[in-house]
Amino acid sequence: MTAYLIRRIFQALFVMLAMAVLVFAAVYMLGNPVDALLSPDSDQIERAAAIQRLGLDRPLYEQFGLFLWNAVRGDLGTSFVYGIPAIEVLMLRLPTTLELAVFAMLLALAIGIPLGIIAGMRPGSFAGKTIMAGSILGFSLPAFWVGLMLILIFAVTLQLLPSGGRGETVQVFGANFASLTLDGLKHMILPATTLALYKASLVIRVCESGTREVMSQDYIRFARAKGLGFWRIVSLHIFKNVMIPVVTIMGMEFGGLLAFSVVVETIYAYQGMGELLISSINRLDRPVVVTYLLFTTVMFVVINLVVDILYAVLDPRIRLSEESA
Amino acid sequence: MSQPPATPARAPLPKQNILLIQAAKFIEKPSAVVGLLILLVAVVVALLAPWIAPQNPYDLMQIDIMDNMLPPGSELMSGQIAWLGTDSQGRDMLSAILYGLRISLSVGITTVLIAGAIGATVGVAAAFIGGRFEAVVMRIVDLHLAFPSILIALVLLSAFGRGIDKVIFALVIVQWAYYARTVRGSALVETRKDYIAACEVLQLPRWRVLFRHLLPNCIPPLIVVATVQVAGAILLESTLSFLGAGVPVTEPSLGMLISQGYSYMLSGKYWIAVFPGVMLVVVIIAINLVGDRLRIVLNPRLSS
Repeated sequence: MTAYLIRRIFQALFVMLAMAVLVFAAVYMLGNPVDALLSPDSDQIERAAAIQRLGLDRPLYEQFGLFLWNAVRGDLGTSFVYGIPAIEVLMLRLPTTLELAVFAMLLALAIGIPLGIIAGMRPGSFAGKTIMAGSILGFSLPAFWVGLMLILIFAVTLQLLPSGGRGETVQVFGANFASLTLDGLKHMILPATTLALYKASLVIRVCESGTREVMSQDYIRFARAKGLGFWRIVSLHIFKNVMIPVVTIMGMEFGGLLAFSVVVETIYAYQGMGELLISSINRLDRPVVVTYLLFTTVMFVVINLVVDILYAVLDPRIRLSEESA
Repeated sequence: MSQPPATPARAPLPKQNILLIQAAKFIEKPSAVVGLLILLVAVVVALLAPWIAPQNPYDLMQIDIMDNMLPPGSELMSGQIAWLGTDSQGRDMLSAILYGLRISLSVGITTVLIAGAIGATVGVAAAFIGGRFEAVVMRIVDLHLAFPSILIALVLLSAFGRGIDKVIFALVIVQWAYYARTVRGSALVETRKDYIAACEVLQLPRWRVLFRHLLPNCIPPLIVVATVQVAGAILLESTLSFLGAGVPVTEPSLGMLISQGYSYMLSGKYWIAVFPGVMLVVVIIAINLVGDRLRIVLNPRLSS
């Protein structure tokens, strides 16, 4: 087990290093940030000074070495646009995106689990078919278009909900949270629904196949024969068994949720990490883009590592086959 | 292309029968047939766009700025009726949608062909060669799939800039791993079968076993993944274009049209964004319906 752990962690570190190289190379091709920073009529001396200040005149390998060393120490440069450390810019936006993602995840579960179980219990029925057709629709609709349609219906036509922005927030432990005020919640409904739609379809599919599998098991027949009520069977036997794959998938999909917040936040002008990435790319704010990508990489690698280790702990076959390999 | 002498093992008759049986099975489900029909119409319409569209929306001679933002059903200065309205430049939306569909479909299909070829080769090679090569390749594939494709494509495109070729390149980089994993899975099953052993007994060259015997037998699951991935590629392209990192303004795909209409939507001019979106959604759903059915038809375990 220890050998497996060490090898896995070593692999994770290697992945992070590889990503650091890729991110650095990709961002290096993004364009010259000096062009974006200085006014077009600045002279050569001003340009040269700016280039030197940003360290852009040094050789490439030196820039990368410095970048890596600083990154390890948590210093990812100063944002060209905001003038404060890039990591701070990102951390200011992180709670917003996390809040939205958690809200969307809860929404996806609240919609997906009951519908999935209903569809799984009555596969051939009208309700079952409708739910499964709806889940195909959920997979097919582009998130940004759903966002536009929700704005059109609820903000423009019915004027029930705001079309964008975050609304009123409350500061808790140094971070602003919108879910604590009524206005903030109202601003969150449309973005969270847009973000949740795809995941809800996924949850429906997983719950449906899980429920169908459980329904054919002997213990459900015995529970029925024993005279257990409908709700008792659903809550005790079906729900618990269906939750295992749902939890696994949700763990893996949480990262995807954060990534897709890039799209949703752009539509709703929601000031989170995703919106920050897009605006930083457009403004050639290199340090912020790099910080975002490295932060996301570390997060994904850590999530994968934890999932893998949990599996290895839960299922001896995995670590045995890995050790003999 | 020189055909090798026909081997008696590959008699044509049974193969045709299998295709017919599969086609008959496909038709059994009405929703799949509807999906296929919609898809065929979309492809034909996209191919014929320059001839059937009411105007060429990117020929400045044919559009009139006086026609801008007309609601659906209005009459243009030229006397034509804009059934789906016009955009801020006075372009007929129906024509813009037909041209956009052309770009979206060609991006999707080209991506899938290139990514499928690369992924299938890598996957079948990994299964066939095995050992360290397989371990390294599959580790890369796993990592690749763990990362959200939208982020990879977004960063690549912000580095390369806009352009149809660049979008396709970015999408290929994002998608090849799906095919590699699928093909490796089915190739692992196939390598254990007798005909591969027979090839080895005959001492056929390895590349020939790989490409002429192993790869063709891994095709059915590949087709299923490829179908769904066409939809995936079109969706991803439209999302990227919406975010401003996709196709250039001069060659707008459906996603680009939606993005252009977005800013006018808040003032109630819904048609600029809504109609291209409807087209996009209809095409994606049609592809997914076909893919869903193909999965069942082409799966040997389910067909018995």
